[in-house]
Amino acid sequence: MRLLVKFFSRRRNWSLPYALFLAVFVVMPLVLIMVYAFQSKDGGFSFENFERFINQPEAANTFIYSIGIALITTLICLALGYPAAYILSRMRPSSSRLVVMLFILPMWINVLVRTLATVALFDFLRLPLGEGALIFGMVYNFLPFMIYPIYNVLQKMDSSLIEAAEDLGATPRQVFTRVVFPLSMPGIVSGIMMVFMPTISTFAIAELLTMNNIKLFGTTIQENINNGMWHYGAALSLIMLVIIGITSLFSDSSETDAANDGGLL
Amino acid sequence: MLYAPIVIIAIFSFTESKVLGNWMGFSTELYASLFNGGVRYSLLDAIKNTFIIAFTAATVSTMLGTVAAIGIHDLRYRKRRIINFVNNIPILNPDIITGISLFLLFVSLGITQGYTTVILAHIAFCTPYVVLSVMPRLQQMNPNLYEAALDLGATPMQAMRRIIIPEIRPGMISGFILAFTLSIDDFAVTIFTNGTDGLQTLSTYIYADARKGGLTPELRALSTIILVVVLILLIVVNYRSSRQARLAEMQQNQLKQTK
Repeated sequence: MRLLVKFFSRRRNWSLPYALFLAVFVVMPLVLIMVYAFQSKDGGFSFENFERFINQPEAANTFIYSIGIALITTLICLALGYPAAYILSRMRPSSSRLVVMLFILPMWINVLVRTLATVALFDFLRLPLGEGALIFGMVYNFLPFMIYPIYNVLQKMDSSLIEAAEDLGATPRQVFTRVVFPLSMPGIVSGIMMVFMPTISTFAIAELLTMNNIKLFGTTIQENINNGMWHYGAALSLIMLVIIGITSLFSDSSETDAANDGGLL
Repeated sequence: MLYAPIVIIAIFSFTESKVLGNWMGFSTELYASLFNGGVRYSLLDAIKNTFIIAFTAATVSTMLGTVAAIGIHDLRYRKRRIINFVNNIPILNPDIITGISLFLLFVSLGITQGYTTVILAHIAFCTPYVVLSVMPRLQQMNPNLYEAALDLGATPMQAMRRIIIPEIRPGMISGFILAFTLSIDDFAVTIFTNGTDGLQTLSTYIYADARKGGLTPELRALSTIILVVVLILLIVVNYRSSRQARLAEMQQNQLKQTK
């Protein structure tokens, strides 16, 4: 007991419980994914799960299709989100605060409730559920993640830079393409990350929006895990992890920013 | 446009029809049966579970995260970087990966999945956010304050309670709120760790319900209530912060005048 008191009287030792916690609940689970992925059913080391992925056209096709859907969603979000963020950043602070709040408000409602609301909307308008509904639902769910980081960057931008460009004779178009747009790049990158990463990994949203007709990669992973094919499921998860690792390499510096912004939504 | 789906849900929460889009006259029947337990018992159970899990997970992760942040703040550079790196993993990982990895952990440790595993899993993905919201407060704090308290004869425990905790309290509170909402909102991690005993939270309940085809109509009433509560909360918070800003401005003006 006294030893324990003495140990925790040094404040840096206070990080130890959490370090242990992280080791057990973050590092070890990820290591386990890796172990399971490279294990055959009888427990030996093998590439069997990955071979199966490559040889099975269904899973591989779903994978490519999911990336395609995620790319389209991200592009639509960017096309809609950038102008929205730009207009917001040009508004008076009091009114832009209100609009930002209105954008963030739906994020406080459970994702599934929001998705169901989208299904209801499509039912109500007598539109068929399917690919269109899927993309609409994803854009609807993730658009705020695009607007918020871009808005943040645009708002913090030093307006004297824009004035300087104008003074030096730039046309409004030049001001935008040569000054505003390049300076808002970090926001765009983190916005893309924050839309692309969740869209590639969703599964429930896709199931509900397409009446389970279109399968995304996330659904494939979940089905395998649920059906007890843990090794194959782990291998598929590892493939997804690699894709996400590659995406996050593109935005090394804005990584933590993105995480912070997203967390507050 | 962003609100169209929600508005439809809200409107149709005031009619009795089983299917959405079918107006059967105004009625508050859905609200009544939500509160009287006229609904299948399991929905109320799911709501209860959601709040118990969110409250427990948020409380534990706030404590764990605060203690961790204080410790990490005092660590040397290299170790601090390592811990911060690992701390960011659950934040950047998609929730499905977090869910599967924790599922594999519980399976290989032979732990039966249920309440405990869901709460542990929620603590695991909430605590990093608490650490991130407490950390800036510690960095902004004047380190001399703590030293001064010690010099004036406070024990380390007293200095902690009277100096450090009050300084970082806002970070702890926002960390708690963040953890609470993340936990309520979570679906992917819960579904992989809730086991086979039929433990449901609100999101897994909705998911199971939707997969069966028909949605419990009471869910529309529930979503509307959640929406209104959140709306009121946000308006209150916004009103308070804008009033504080105005007050601060007024004080500054007064200062200028007296000068």
